[in-house]
Amino acid sequence: MTPSRFAQAIQSPSAQVRPAGRHALLVELPDAERTAAFHAELLRRRAAGTLPPVEDIVPGARTVLLDGVARPEELARRIAGWDVPPRTADEGAAVEIPVRYDGPDLARVAALWGVRAEEVAARHSSYPYRVAFCGFAPGFGYLTGLPPELHVPRRDTPRTRVPAGALALAGPYSAVYPRATPGGWQLIGTMPDPTPLWDLGKEEPALLTPGTRVRFVAEGGTP
Amino acid sequence: MTAKLTVVRSGALTTVQDRGRPGHAHLGVPRSGALDAPAMALANRLLGNPPDAAVLETTLTGCALRPDRTVTVVVGGASCPVTVDGRPAAWGGPVRVPAGAVLGVGGVTAGVRSYVAVAGGIAVEPVLGSRSTDLLSGLGPAPLRDGDVLPLGPPAPRPALPAAAPWPAPPAELTLPLRPGPRTEWFTPAALRTLASATYRVSQHSNRIGLRTEGPSLERVRTGELPSEGMVLGAVQVPPDGRPVVFLHDHPTTGGYPVIGVVPEPALAAAAQAAAGTPIRFTLG
Repeated sequence: MTPSRFAQAIQSPSAQVRPAGRHALLVELPDAERTAAFHAELLRRRAAGTLPPVEDIVPGARTVLLDGVARPEELARRIAGWDVPPRTADEGAAVEIPVRYDGPDLARVAALWGVRAEEVAARHSSYPYRVAFCGFAPGFGYLTGLPPELHVPRRDTPRTRVPAGALALAGPYSAVYPRATPGGWQLIGTMPDPTPLWDLGKEEPALLTPGTRVRFVAEGGTP
Repeated sequence: MTAKLTVVRSGALTTVQDRGRPGHAHLGVPRSGALDAPAMALANRLLGNPPDAAVLETTLTGCALRPDRTVTVVVGGASCPVTVDGRPAAWGGPVRVPAGAVLGVGGVTAGVRSYVAVAGGIAVEPVLGSRSTDLLSGLGPAPLRDGDVLPLGPPAPRPALPAAAPWPAPPAELTLPLRPGPRTEWFTPAALRTLASATYRVSQHSNRIGLRTEGPSLERVRTGELPSEGMVLGAVQVPPDGRPVVFLHDHPTTGGYPVIGVVPEPALAAAAQAAAGTPIRFTLG
């Protein structure tokens, strides 16, 4: 390995910038909140034209991947010197997702939360959510917002088919399945019409893009 | 009227591919695109097609196609017998297929994936700027089936052809340069030495998502799950069984297994043509 090349992580007080091949770097942040702030800062700088061209900006749980970068080492050094402000209060309207809280794992989740099944809807829909990142399938957003005491484990045995529109929980995340796939998350509800989650007829096909604020709106009482 | 191509025999797995749809990874959309990108580019160039023209990518067993107009095609990538109505025709250079005749693309004699480019390109409707079939997320046209009919684009004026097209032979041994990171420290120092010195082999379970390997297991120093993070093309991800997987074009956009290093994109074309059992050497650098 030649020492002049970007081969080792660059440490800054707020982030660790790691090499990820010849044309990418992976910025690791201390927690989800600072990951969101760093992602927002990248989008701001890209919109302002002060970020060199980056093909893909891909947030993860504690990281943001910058892929398709001409000179990753140079950008890594610049990023290490950034002073990223904390995320400001959320602006604009949240995307509202109507949900029937009628999933097959509702009783199990209620038991884990120590509440009655009828109370899951009110609890889950009372928190504001945010798309931390996407993955798994096009338009599948990992939503944070549940307080730690309501985090639940995945199912021991994944389902071979989770229907499109299923509202599901796993770890710190809530998600709505844009289409039917296998899945191991706990299903607590249903978005009656999931087509807006991934609509190729729209210029922006994903409803839930990273950074988007989300509110769940409980529909029609309890089952 | 648009010229059309009827699929007479779809083969084991034949898909429409172009240069893919990068730029949508943040929505969970894989890049997709031809695995042997230089082979696709050369086939298109020989026909005067633009570089983003869509082609067909076959897998081991070829395919058979019947145009309803006289068309010019190039079959390249993995070498294979090429026929027109049963008569031998050229591999690796332009072939004229009369209207109604059957172009036979035979099983590979070396390599894995042959590319069938048609003058004018395969003109299926693009999705997010690409006509590629993405086998992970199901975007783009489904893998071809017998009887499918594909629209063709208008051919370019006949180009000046190079005298000899430089098709590389598939690798007898696959050498994959590896740049360590971003999660090398999840592994023991011995694991990196093992990766750089042991011989791995291409697993028969490889596909468009990843080149799976058989060989010594890479030992981790850190256990537990890695919080999901973005994955690049060529990432060498190490799942719990310790056997490295080299991510190819239909790879997931995020993943939870550590990436010990990344193979640069130019080296992946050879990986796409390495048959099951081919020895692999990873070289650090």
